[in-house]
Amino acid sequence: MSLQPVKFYQTGTFTVGNRLLAPEERSVQANMQRTNSLNSGHRACQGCGEALGARYAIDAAMNATNRQLIAANATGCLEVFSTPYPETSWQIPWIHSLFGNAAAVATGIAAAIKVKKQKGQGGDVRVVAQGGDGGTTDIGFGCLSGMFERNDDVLYICYDNGGYMNTGVQRSSATPPAARTATTMPLGPEPGNVFGQGKFVPAIAMAHEIPYVATATVADLRDLEYKVTKAMGIRGARYIHILVPCPLGWGTASHDTIRMARLAKETGIFPVFEAEYGEVKSVLAIRRPLPVEEYLRPQKRYAHLFGKSPAVATIARIQALADKNIRKYRLQARQGGH
Amino acid sequence: MDKPFAITLKPGSSLANHTGSWRTTRPEYVDRLPPCNAACPAGENIQGWLFHAESGDYEKAWHALVENNPLPAIMGRVCYHPCEGGCNRQHMDSAVGINSVERFLGDEANKHGWKFAPAAAASGRRVLVIGSGPAGLSAAYHLTRMGHKAVIYEEAPLAGGMMRFGIPKYRLPREVLDTEIQRLLDFGVELHLETKVTDVQQTMKDGFDAVFLGVGAHIAKRAYIPAGDANKVLDAVSVLRGMEDHDAPLLGRRVVVYGGGNTAIDVARTAKRLGAEESIIVYRRTRDKMPAHDFEVEEALQEGISIKWLSTITEAGMGERGDDIMVEKMALDENGFPQPTGEFERMEADSVVLALGQDADLSLLENVPGLVVDKGMIEIDAGMMTGHPGVFAGGDMAGNERTVTVAVGHGKKAARAIDAWLRGEKYAPLPKPELATFDRMNPWYYSDAPKTMRPVLDIIRRQSTFEEVLGGLDETNALFEARRCMSCGNCFECDNCYGVCPDNAVIKLGPGKRFQFNYDYCKGCGICATECPCGAIRIVAEEN
Ligand SMILES: Cc1cc2nc3c(=O)[nH]c(=O)nc-3n(C[C@H](O)[C@H](O)[C@H](O)COP(=O)(O)OP(=O)(O)OC[C@H]3O[C@@H](n4cnc5c(N)ncnc54)[C@H](O)[C@@H]3O)c2cc1C
Ligand SMILES: Cc1ncc(C[n+]2csc(CCOP(=O)(O)OP(=O)(O)O)c2C)c(N)n1
Ligand code: SF4
Ligand code: SF4
Ligand SMILES: [Mg+2]
Repeated sequence: MSLQPVKFYQTGTFTVGNRLLAPEERSVQANMQRTNSLNSGHRACQGCGEALGARYAIDAAMNATNRQLIAANATGCLEVFSTPYPETSWQIPWIHSLFGNAAAVATGIAAAIKVKKQKGQGGDVRVVAQGGDGGTTDIGFGCLSGMFERNDDVLYICYDNGGYMNTGVQRSSATPPAARTATTMPLGPEPGNVFGQGKFVPAIAMAHEIPYVATATVADLRDLEYKVTKAMGIRGARYIHILVPCPLGWGTASHDTIRMARLAKETGIFPVFEAEYGEVKSVLAIRRPLPVEEYLRPQKRYAHLFGKSPAVATIARIQALADKNIRKYRLQARQGGH
Repeated sequence: MDKPFAITLKPGSSLANHTGSWRTTRPEYVDRLPPCNAACPAGENIQGWLFHAESGDYEKAWHALVENNPLPAIMGRVCYHPCEGGCNRQHMDSAVGINSVERFLGDEANKHGWKFAPAAAASGRRVLVIGSGPAGLSAAYHLTRMGHKAVIYEEAPLAGGMMRFGIPKYRLPREVLDTEIQRLLDFGVELHLETKVTDVQQTMKDGFDAVFLGVGAHIAKRAYIPAGDANKVLDAVSVLRGMEDHDAPLLGRRVVVYGGGNTAIDVARTAKRLGAEESIIVYRRTRDKMPAHDFEVEEALQEGISIKWLSTITEAGMGERGDDIMVEKMALDENGFPQPTGEFERMEADSVVLALGQDADLSLLENVPGLVVDKGMIEIDAGMMTGHPGVFAGGDMAGNERTVTVAVGHGKKAARAIDAWLRGEKYAPLPKPELATFDRMNPWYYSDAPKTMRPVLDIIRRQSTFEEVLGGLDETNALFEARRCMSCGNCFECDNCYGVCPDNAVIKLGPGKRFQFNYDYCKGCGICATECPCGAIRIVAEEN
């Protein structure tokens, strides 16, 4: 008889909760008393990955800091859909200033808390800054790099949906190659975003050699919560980059949001890893390897690749990028992985 | 409120904004019919009892199981488990070992002496059950649960029907059979052994309000085979029945079994265990046409039984000592039917055992008006009632699918119909929910886990003894096996919907209470339904 692991749970830790697990082994999201930092009634689109990712991340941060948390938010969907004056969905202290300065605002708050603590006022309150990919990789990048370089005690969370979604899906430096936006080539031999440009900010953050950098997706809740919790246990500058599918900007069905994030990870399009002081420490291995078509085909922003004659060469280039990620981050499926 | 400089409105919560009004489709929780349940002839709620086994509450699991089937330790051994054939897990790795967990639960119950939950208040009605095979036992059990007095009349000196006088010990140890029957008697089922019913209408006059017939099919079918020495030709049913007597049947060194069903296999394996050097099955057609189950054929071959395919016996008891038979080779015609080839072979055989099926003995029903008998089988309606009001029937006598499991299912269904009939109503089964097909599920969430193998007894031991061939699971691997169940179509409280809703529109009601949608805020995105592992959420169009 083959040897069986004694501990086996129907769904292991893939699901949000699991009635067979001890309560302390369940996710923050499984808890009936979770903060619901981003509450119901927000105006995000149906199936918004950003709204989901933000609640996942901030609930985990609230849980990790004993609810002593302040958030600074860049302009973008997350801010606009959550806080149309005078209403807000946030159930935590939260501030919005400008599109490009969230990192600097958070730095200021962290400094103020530090001073207050030195004066013996107030407890140990922690700070997160958050923004979209536009607010992070483009307009807010200077402030962010400064925050890293000064090693300010802030966790910066970027919700990457691959474009300026709030203003109608314009290209950002995080828009992937070949994806169509309102500001990329609509027609011609190679419509959509160009190859070879753009930035992968997690790698740039690592180059700053800050204590902690991680990527995550809304498809792996346990991993996301683990990383936010770990980040809140560290002092200094930390950065988490979360892939959050946008049904509107990607042209995907509202019910496929998590599925799309899962496909991004399983195809190798989006590497999920964590790094300390510039070194990759662990990766989330691929569980069921898939070709990139599986990820591209359901998205209308890639529809031009699957016309009457499929853009084989372009798809192959995207596959090559995914393969490179798999090589570089060692994402190959392995037995008994994560 | 004193507002700060330049602030004109009080801060408010977005809860004022009922985003549920955006919805065009709505999610709803459903309980779908798992394919295992749908495939179980005894109508077990397999997913339901596995749910309790998953958490290690075996007693609760057993109680949930016996709501439908009072014989789990028996079923866990002899059932051909069509449930596993339906199990969705086969599309992932391999089917859940439902049957082995069932046996584990049955054995646990026997070990710990678990008792059935109390029956309903006595109705004062008495029902006669004829035959103590699985059909009769199941009917009596369910009637008792419903508060009726069930009285079994059994012709044989011991209860169990073909489970005792057919199925060999190496597949069903008699202690297991005895324990489960005793539990039924302790529960209040009345059993009269060595009480043959010869005239149903006469017996009914002993104060019975209805009758359930479960007399099985015990008369061996014969094929005409000219035989010099007829003593050498036996039938399978009497050989197997003889195994329960003091002296085992004498079959000789070289035994030839004629037939291709499970009974043929059982007789051949029994002959081997009785010391036959050669035990040979002669069958008219090919292996893929054989009615016996593949795993049984496999086990028989492993034990050294040989099978002569495409062969018929044309003469037996030949030669001086009468121990030769003539076998003719057959060939399949274009329709797949065996046709004689004119090619003969003479074989030595100390005995020939015919295993060609059985007919029901319906003589006890001779003068019951209204009964319809077709091709030796009694006709029944959807509620298991024969053409004569108040006379119900099930098991081998009433169907072509002759298994213990079908018999148990018949007994249950008949009990429900009798219960309705006693109240002057007509039995109407509840409509079945839609099937929990694999394409409605999200298999991503299930851990990878191959089926636990049941330890198979050492091959040498099982050739010479009547010890049980298949071993059982122990605590750890039974739990493992139960947890391989994906809970198809029925919420198992994994919290996924509660977690994945971007709008917090799922309310968690707490352990055992499942969830509820908050339609004030649900925008109808459908993520919950897509990410529900087991397919317990459906999306329906909103009426405007
Ligand atoms: C060798 C063999 C192996 C089998 N193996 C399996 C197996 O592994 N799995 C499986 O699912 N099925 C198996 N079967 C089939 C299974 O045993 C039968 O389908 C099942 O027992 C039928 O149940 P029943 O209650 O209808 O009839 P039976 O089990 O035949 O019981 C009928 C009972 O009625 C009694 N009776 C008959 N007439 C009268 C009367 N006039 N008055 C009073 N009592 C009467 C009989 O004595 C008997 O006890 C096997 C059958 C055989 C022959
Ligand atoms: C300085 C400045 N420029 C432009 C805008 C308009 N604007 C508001 S949100 C937004 C896009 C935000 O994109 P991103 O940061 O990716 O967040 P998303 O909406 O995609 O979540 C833009 C361009 C602004 N508010 N401020
Ligand atoms: S546009 Fe995209 S990011 Fe913005 S609310 Fe809609 S789904 Fe979310
Ligand atoms: S996985 Fe479980 S519920 Fe689904 S068919 Fe198999 S045993 Fe039944
Ligand atoms: Mg964006």
